[in-house]
Amino acid sequence: MTEPLLSVRSLSIGVKRGSADPTLIVDDVSFDIAKGERFGIVGESGSGKSLTLRAIGDLLPRGVEVLSGSILYNGTELVGMPRSSRRKLMGPEIAMIFQEPMTALNPVVRVGEQIAEGPRRYLGMSRAESMTRAIEMMAKTGIPDPVRRARAYPHELSGGLRQRIMIAMALSCNPRLLLCDEPTTALDVTVQHQVLRLLEDLCDDSGAALAFVTHDLAVVNQTCTDLAVMYSGHIVESGTVREVLRDPRHPYTQGLLDSAPDFDRPERPLIPIPGFPPNVASRPSGCPFAPRCPLVVEACRTAMPPMETVAPGHGAACIRADRTSRELVAR
Amino acid sequence: MIDRLKFIPGRLVQSLPVALGVTLIVFFMAHLLPGNAALALLGERATDASVAALTEQLGLNRPIWEQYVIFLTRLLHGDLGQSLTYQLPVTDLVMQAIPVTMSVLGYALALSLIISIPLAALAAFRPGGARDLGVRSYTLLGQGMPQFWVGIMLILLLGVNLKIFPVGGYGTTMVDHLYFLFLPALTLAIAMCPTIIRSLRSSMIDVLGSDYVGTAKSKGAYGVALLRDHVLRNAAIPTVSVIGVNLGYLVGGSLVIEQVFALPGLGSLMINAIFARDFPTIQGVTLFVALFVVVVGILTDVIYTMLDPRVDFASKDQT
Amino acid sequence: MMSPAELLNARQQQRRALRSRSIKPWYRNGALMAGIVIVGTLVLIAVLAPLLAPYDPIAQDLGNTLAPSSAEHWLGTDKFGRDVLSRLIWGAQVDLRVGFLAVLIPFVFGSVLGAIAGYFGGWLDTILMRIVDIFFAFPFYVMVIVLVFIFGSGETSIYLATAAVSWVSYAKIVRGEVLVAKKQDYVTAARLGGMSHGRILVKHIGPNVLSQAIIYGMSDIVMDIMAIVTLGYLGLGIAPPTAEWGSMINDGQEFITTQWQQATIPGLMVVIASLGLSFLGDGLSDLLSPERRK
Repeated sequence: MTEPLLSVRSLSIGVKRGSADPTLIVDDVSFDIAKGERFGIVGESGSGKSLTLRAIGDLLPRGVEVLSGSILYNGTELVGMPRSSRRKLMGPEIAMIFQEPMTALNPVVRVGEQIAEGPRRYLGMSRAESMTRAIEMMAKTGIPDPVRRARAYPHELSGGLRQRIMIAMALSCNPRLLLCDEPTTALDVTVQHQVLRLLEDLCDDSGAALAFVTHDLAVVNQTCTDLAVMYSGHIVESGTVREVLRDPRHPYTQGLLDSAPDFDRPERPLIPIPGFPPNVASRPSGCPFAPRCPLVVEACRTAMPPMETVAPGHGAACIRADRTSRELVAR
Repeated sequence: MIDRLKFIPGRLVQSLPVALGVTLIVFFMAHLLPGNAALALLGERATDASVAALTEQLGLNRPIWEQYVIFLTRLLHGDLGQSLTYQLPVTDLVMQAIPVTMSVLGYALALSLIISIPLAALAAFRPGGARDLGVRSYTLLGQGMPQFWVGIMLILLLGVNLKIFPVGGYGTTMVDHLYFLFLPALTLAIAMCPTIIRSLRSSMIDVLGSDYVGTAKSKGAYGVALLRDHVLRNAAIPTVSVIGVNLGYLVGGSLVIEQVFALPGLGSLMINAIFARDFPTIQGVTLFVALFVVVVGILTDVIYTMLDPRVDFASKDQT
Repeated sequence: MMSPAELLNARQQQRRALRSRSIKPWYRNGALMAGIVIVGTLVLIAVLAPLLAPYDPIAQDLGNTLAPSSAEHWLGTDKFGRDVLSRLIWGAQVDLRVGFLAVLIPFVFGSVLGAIAGYFGGWLDTILMRIVDIFFAFPFYVMVIVLVFIFGSGETSIYLATAAVSWVSYAKIVRGEVLVAKKQDYVTAARLGGMSHGRILVKHIGPNVLSQAIIYGMSDIVMDIMAIVTLGYLGLGIAPPTAEWGSMINDGQEFITTQWQQATIPGLMVVIASLGLSFLGDGLSDLLSPERRK
C-alpha cells in the first residue's frame, strides 16, 4: 500500500493556560489522506474541523497551538518544523481556500497580481510570466474575459467570481494538497454547485488531494470520496462517503442525516438534534455527545468511547455502534 | 486611476468656503485689536498724519464689507501688505521663510515614517508582548513631552555633550542643511511618532488578523515580505488620514521649534513679528499657514484615494 | 414592535448587564489609580506650595546667581539668584491651575453647541460643521500665539485664546456622539413617550455622550498645559517674574552647558504631569466606556 500523502496522528489542538491544564479544542484526532483523494471533514460550528485544517496549513490563530500529535506530509513531520521551512511548503505543496472570498482577498491589490504572487515567489517566474500564468489559471477556473478581469479589484467582482479567483490562486503553483475551509458556504446555492464541480474537475486534472471541511452533508456527498465526522473536537465516525452515509453507526451522524433535507424524499420530516454542542471549556467526561444522544446509557458517560471498526474501512466511536441507530430508534 | 481623481475639482470647490472663512477670520483679526486698525498696522509711534494717510489709503473709513473685498482682491494678487519692521512686502518675507520651514517639515515627516513603521510593526506582530509594551510606553511618554523641551534635550545630549550636531542655525549648502536641520527634524519627528505609531499599530493589528493576510500566509508570505506587500498597503490607509489631520498641529509645533534652534523660517518670522508688533507680517504668516493646512487636507484625500481603490469620493458622506 | 415601556425596560436591562459585565472595580484599575496618585501628588504640591517651598520664588539674590545644587539650594539658583526648587513648586500652581481652568469654557461651550447641532441637524448642523472646518485649518499654536498677541499677555488672554481654539474639538466629538445616540432605541422610546427634546437631551443622551467629552477633556488639559508652557518659553505667557515651568526652561536654555538642570527639570515636571493626566484619562475611558476599549 502506498504511503498516504497526509497522515494525521493523535493531533490535539488547544489553548495553553500557563500552569493550568490547557483547554483542548481538538482532541486526539487521526486520519489519512491518500494522493488524489477527496476527503471531507464534517461537523457543526465548534467541532474543531476548521482548526484541524488550519493546523495542517500552519494558520492557527494567535494563542491556539498544536498541543500534541503529529502531522506527516509525504513522510515529513510538520509539527515543530521551523516557520521558515514551513512557509516554503505552502504554495507549491499545500494550498488553502477560505470561506469568505470577500475578506480573504487583499482589497487593495488587483486580483491578477494576487494570483501571480505565488508563481513569482515559488516558481521563479518573472512579472510577465507569472501574470500570464495567472490569466491562464483564471481561464481554467471559468472566469470570462480573464485578461480584463485580472486588473479588477476584489470588490468589483461577484461572490462566485471571487471564489474562483481564490481557487485560481490556490492552484496556481500546482499544489499536491488543497485545503478547503467551507469554500461554498458563503455562496448562492446555484453558484455553489458550479464551484464544487470546478474544484472536482481541477483536482482530477492536476491530481491534487482535497481536504474539504464543511457542515453540509450534501456537499460532502457530492464532492468527496471519504469522510470523517467530527463532534466537539473528536472524530466520531469515519469511512468512505458511500458507506458512512448509507449505514451511519454513530448516533450523531444519524442525527445529522435526519436533520438535513433529503431531495429524494422531500416529505420526510426534518428532525433536529436536541440541545447544543458542549462548551469547549467545560466538557463533561465520557462521550461528548452523551447529553444529546438518543441511545445513551450509563457507560457512555464514564469514558470516551474508542474508535470501533464496524466494517472494513468504516469506524465509529460509539459503544453501541454494532447495532445501527436505525434499528434502535423507531421511526 | 485618472478618472478616480476626477473628484479633485469638486473637492477644491468644496474647500472654497473654508478658505474664504479663513481669510475672513484673518481679516477680522486686525479689527479685534483694540484701537484704530491703522494705528495697529503702523505701530504706536506713528504720527497722526501717517495714520490718517494710511486710513485713507487702506480705505479703513469705508464700510467693513468693502474693506474685506479690498483685502481679498489684494490677496489674490499676492499682496499681503508691507512689513512694519523691514519695510518689505510681507509676501517676499514669507516666500523667503517658506523653504526653511518646509524643509524641516518634510525632513521630520520622512524621519517619523522611518521610525514609526518598524516600531509599529514590532508592536503589532505580537500585541501584549514585551516589545509592544515598550513601544506603547514610548507613545505614552512621547505625548507628554513638550516639543521645545525635547529639542533642548536633544541639543543637550547630541549637541553639547556628544557634539555630533550643531546647536542651531541653518547652514548654507544643501549638505549643510541636512546636517543642521537634523536635530530640529528629529525633535518634530519624536513629537509626531506617538500619534502615527498608535494609528499604525492599531490598523496593523486589524490587518494582521484579517482573512487576506491568512491567504497571503497560505501562499507562503511571511516576515518582511508579508509586511511590505500586504500589511502596509492596507494598514497605511487610515494612518494617512491621521497624519493629514495632525499636520496642522505639527506646523504649529515647527514654528516653536524654529525658536529653539534659531532657524530662519516662518516661525521666527512670526515670533519676531509678534514682539515687534508687526501686524501685517503676523497676518500674512497666519494666512499662509492656514491655507497650507487646507491644501494639505485636499492632498491627503488625493493620496487616500490613490491608496484605497474602494473609496469613491463622489458619493462620500461628510461626517 | 415593542411598546415604549418595554423599550425603556430593555435599555435599563442593557445598562445593568453592562455594569455587571464590567471587568473590575475602579480601585483595581491600574491606569486610573496611577493617574490619581500622580495627579493627586502634583495637586497637593501645588496647593501646599507656601508650606513646601523653602524660599520665596521671586526673591532675588544677585550675589548668588547660577549656583550649583547644594544643601541650601537643592536645585541651585537661576540667573537672578532665585531658588530653582521653590520656583518649581510654585510653578506647579500656575501651570496646573491654568491648565485645568482653561478647558472649562471650551468644554461647556463646545459640548452644548455640538449637542444642539447633532440633535437637531439640518442647516444648524451644516453651518456648525463649516465653522468647525474653518477653525481646524488654523494650527493650534499659531492661533493661540496670535490671539495672545491680540488680547495682550497674561492669564486671562491665555484662557480666551485656548477657549477660542479648542471649543471646536468638543463640538465635533459631542456632535458625533449625539448623532449615534439619537438613533438608539431608548431615544425613540422616550420620544414616543412624549418627552420633550430638551429633557431627552439632558436626561438620556447627555450622560452617555458627555463621558466621551470628559475623556477628551483630560487630553485637552494636557494640551493646554503644553500650550501654557510653550507660551511661557516663548515669552508670551504668564508675565515674569511669576514662576512658571515654561519660562524657567527658557531661562535655563542659556546655561545648558553649565546648569543643565534648570532647563531639564521643569520639563520633566511637565512630562510627569502629562503622564499622570494621560493615565487618568485612560482609566476614565475604561471606566466610562469599557465596551469601547481597543
